[in-house]
Amino acid sequence: MAPILDIKNLYKNYGSVEILKDINVSIDPGDFLVLVGPSGCGKSTLLNCIAGLEPISGGELHIGGQNMTDVSPKDRDIAMVFQSYALYPTMSVAKNITFGMKVRGVDPATQEMKLQQVAQQLQIEQLLKRRPGQLSGGQRQRVAMGRALVRDPKLFLFDEPLSNLDAKLRVEMRTEIKELHQRLGASMVYVTHDQIEAMTLATKIVVMKGGVIQQIGSPAEIYNRPANLFVADFMGNPAMNLIPAKALANGEGSRIEIERRDGAPIVLTDTKNRNLPEDVIIGVRPEDIAEPGHRAGQVAQEAECMVDIVEPAGADTFVVMQMGGKHVTARLHAETSAEAGKTQRLAFDLGKVSYFAPDTGQRLN
Amino acid sequence: MTDFAITPARSQSRTTKIGLRWLLYVILGLFALYYLLPLFVMVTTSLKSLEEIRTGDLVALPRQVTFDAWATAWSSACTGIQCEGVKPFFLNSVLIAVPAVAISTLLGAMNGYVVAHWRFRGANMIFALMLFGCFIPFQVVLLPMARMLGIMGIAGTIPGLIFVHVIYGLGFTTLFFRNYYVTVPAELTKAAKVDGAGFFRVFWSIFLPLSLPIIVVSVIWQFTQIWNDFLFGVSFSQAGTQPITVALNNIVNSTTGVKEYNVDMAAAIIAALPTLLVYVVAGKYFIRGLTAGSVKG
Repeated sequence: MAPILDIKNLYKNYGSVEILKDINVSIDPGDFLVLVGPSGCGKSTLLNCIAGLEPISGGELHIGGQNMTDVSPKDRDIAMVFQSYALYPTMSVAKNITFGMKVRGVDPATQEMKLQQVAQQLQIEQLLKRRPGQLSGGQRQRVAMGRALVRDPKLFLFDEPLSNLDAKLRVEMRTEIKELHQRLGASMVYVTHDQIEAMTLATKIVVMKGGVIQQIGSPAEIYNRPANLFVADFMGNPAMNLIPAKALANGEGSRIEIERRDGAPIVLTDTKNRNLPEDVIIGVRPEDIAEPGHRAGQVAQEAECMVDIVEPAGADTFVVMQMGGKHVTARLHAETSAEAGKTQRLAFDLGKVSYFAPDTGQRLN
Repeated sequence: MTDFAITPARSQSRTTKIGLRWLLYVILGLFALYYLLPLFVMVTTSLKSLEEIRTGDLVALPRQVTFDAWATAWSSACTGIQCEGVKPFFLNSVLIAVPAVAISTLLGAMNGYVVAHWRFRGANMIFALMLFGCFIPFQVVLLPMARMLGIMGIAGTIPGLIFVHVIYGLGFTTLFFRNYYVTVPAELTKAAKVDGAGFFRVFWSIFLPLSLPIIVVSVIWQFTQIWNDFLFGVSFSQAGTQPITVALNNIVNSTTGVKEYNVDMAAAIIAALPTLLVYVVAGKYFIRGLTAGSVKG
């Protein structure tokens, strides 16, 4: 199947400043692509480039198999939802939704039919006569979605559409967007700085930093096999523990030594990974450190650890320890017996760890 | 609210408070009187007969109210050699001010829209130059403008005066609209572009409907400037195209024999009425427009 969106060697400069460097992304019809990264990483600029609101400085951009590099936004067959919703303040909700069709000269009967269809779909029929100023944040969000839906485009673009909502509403709308995507089977590109949004919504994630793509992959790939230290640190909450360690080759595999503040180093044996350099950074997700017998994977290795802090969070309890000069967080079950200031026997799941080179930050295994 | 949140450091006694308040009112009242006194004298004088003016007190109320002076001022006072009152000049002023206000406001709105939302290379420079235009004194442009009007063949005509006022007002109107439109989120323009709207469509359908408060500001400002203008009016007009400010000057300066103060006053009030009217009708929007900072949407 031809990709619905295909970006080849895209560059974007403002004067002499490179905002986007050699971007290559393609998505298939029905994909939900999430561009995620810290603020200033160029993700919104990339979305604006896809929409045609920003001219690109180099490369090519195809939508639905057509070269759209120099095509104006209105002819790209896209619809966009903005962070501030960008509803036209002097028009009623109905006029907001039909404005695009009016501009394109769609006949009034079709306009009315599509309007009713979309209003029903989003449950905003009772709001059609109101002005945007009379709506709540969540309602505005729906109207903005309606304006995009009514277009029935090849590609939907979302620019941080949930970041102006309060936490509870954000989670609700997130689920609704996901549901909408599943129902319509539409292709979507979604920008966010929230890695949880990225994980929950995406079928494909692009992690960006400083205008450069760090990694492209499914949420599981990004989460389990981060390509470098940045991705490892950025995706996941609490973040992945990144612990400096020594790796020594021995008969069975690699002998991993992690220094501790007091006492002998923690020694773990990894039978899967050989040929590691001596200095590594070992990346362990908090949920891959557990009490023996709980959730431990197949390659669990146990060690005694001194617990510094215990943070109950309801469903889980987080304990913080010190290893290799870093805080290390473990996600234990809620009724854990761990106590601050005491040692606790913990199992490390070495089947899921990542190794990174300290100098380049790149993944080693 | 907690009890200790607001505790004045030193509470004034009730009598001191009331005393200070009254002092404030008295001072404000005196200022109001001071500013209103000239208007009072103008109105009362215009309603008196010449006889009464000569014999009576300047600030006294008229013993017998007469509108003769108003009638004379309107239709038969002499401005130089002709004696037709201010009527034809009033009409000239309307013919100059109305198109000039409309054109300069519309062009200013478009300029502001472009400078704020269709950024191009050098947009800031052009805006800075237009701003600079606001600060050029009238006298500086007199001679070049006269030459311009001559070349364009509209010297001494009403279109010529409209042209001058439009040019001179553009700096201000652009400034008003630009400052108003920068508060409109850029995403609104982007959304409209994705919806397929072009340059003029975005302007007509989205920006103009938002602009009522700032249109009022621009209209009041421009109308007051153009209606009250004397220098351009006296420099670039000829017999038949002079605005009312020039006529007023001529009435006051060209009297022979007895000075008809009542007619002078009536003519002055007639000349000032339209601007007063504009303020009364649109004044509250003026304040609102000047303070309008945000567009909620």
